[in-house]
Amino acid sequence: MSVRHALLALLSEGPKYGLQLREEFEARTGEVWPLNVGQVYTTLQRLERDGLVESDGDGQDGPQKDFRITATGTQELTAWLRTPPDMSSPPRDELVMKILVALRVPGTDVREVIQVHRRYLVQLMQQWTRIKDTEAESDMSLALVVDAELFRLDAVVRWLDAADGRIKRTATDPMATATATTTTTGTTQAVPGLRRRIGARK
Amino acid sequence: MSVLEMRRVSRTYGLGAAEVHALQNIDLAVDAGAMVAVMGPSGSGKSTLLTIAGSLEEPSSGEVLVCGEELTGLSRNAKARLRRRSIGYVFQDFNLLPGLTAAENVALPLELDGVSARKARVAGLNALEELGLAERAASFPDQLSGGERQRVAIARAVVGERQLLLADEPSGALDSVNGEGVMRLIHAACKRGVAAVVVTHDAQLASWADRVVFLRDGRVTDQTLPVPGPESLLTRGPGQ
Repeated sequence: MSVRHALLALLSEGPKYGLQLREEFEARTGEVWPLNVGQVYTTLQRLERDGLVESDGDGQDGPQKDFRITATGTQELTAWLRTPPDMSSPPRDELVMKILVALRVPGTDVREVIQVHRRYLVQLMQQWTRIKDTEAESDMSLALVVDAELFRLDAVVRWLDAADGRIKRTATDPMATATATTTTTGTTQAVPGLRRRIGARK
Repeated sequence: MSVLEMRRVSRTYGLGAAEVHALQNIDLAVDAGAMVAVMGPSGSGKSTLLTIAGSLEEPSSGEVLVCGEELTGLSRNAKARLRRRSIGYVFQDFNLLPGLTAAENVALPLELDGVSARKARVAGLNALEELGLAERAASFPDQLSGGERQRVAIARAVVGERQLLLADEPSGALDSVNGEGVMRLIHAACKRGVAAVVVTHDAQLASWADRVVFLRDGRVTDQTLPVPGPESLLTRGPGQ
């Protein structure tokens, strides 16, 4: 989360002072991203140094000091909104690691390991859904944050389901592994590097 | 008292080498006002569990009680009456009758149960109104959107004094906003005291339930713990 750009976004609506920025930031992110006031002032100082915001000219620091976005700041914000974050390399996902490792530990029921994680994730999703049900209906920012969490957790549950199905299929049909191996070795040069990066081994 | 109680329910299809254990020793109790989701992959026995709970299919062994009545002891007529009066079904593909309007579809189970046409119509209109569909009462199913059709199906499932709502992948092919709408309606029915069982492979739908039961190869393998309050999530923030 770029606090820098979030503050620029809030200032794009008009001049604001530090405490106000913190309150609005928390309100806009459905209060799930707590931000301390020190972080707000440090970020504002850097933004001012970089010419992206400017403050009252009287040089007085304090909670009521107003900050404004500059033309350069507006350009920076517009460009940032349209720059996709880097999602090209697979993150080192701890859960993926655990399942890959479980496959190699003798005497481990991997499907049982998968279920432990699936249950935990569904329980988390139940909590988020309670929030959506009770609090998010009148608060669109909160609803969007909760949706993002639910979709993220849902994607992990789906991955676990797919892994579960794949492991079951491989156990009952050894041909499934043979086919998979042939296909992987037949693919492009990028695969061995990718395999190393995500920590997967044949 | 549990509205639905399944005790050591098993269902086997085929004989000898072709024998398939669709369900094995299922114990499940759902109280009034509670929503239980049954999650599992295709072929795990979810739909069989639901058809047995709804008395549409007989178990090979075990007992099923709906509103305290043991199903196997009931005559065919008594079972049909219990289905009409106490159990509402919501299917993935809505199952509305195309020749009837939304209001007539909703009123149909009451009429079949001997309620006068006028009373059934009033109850049907009320159920539609509660689901925000009053102005669509005279529309035929093919004039409704997918989301509206499923809301009509839910109205039909909860009309009258139904105590048990059984839903099989109720959001079907609906988009996530309409799918959420469907779950909100089922959740609202539970708040009014209906017991609901929703079978699904979709964790987002299942997360509306008070309890999620995981089914694998015909057996209950696990279930969620009671849901804690939201405080732990809101004070922590994601990624920490």
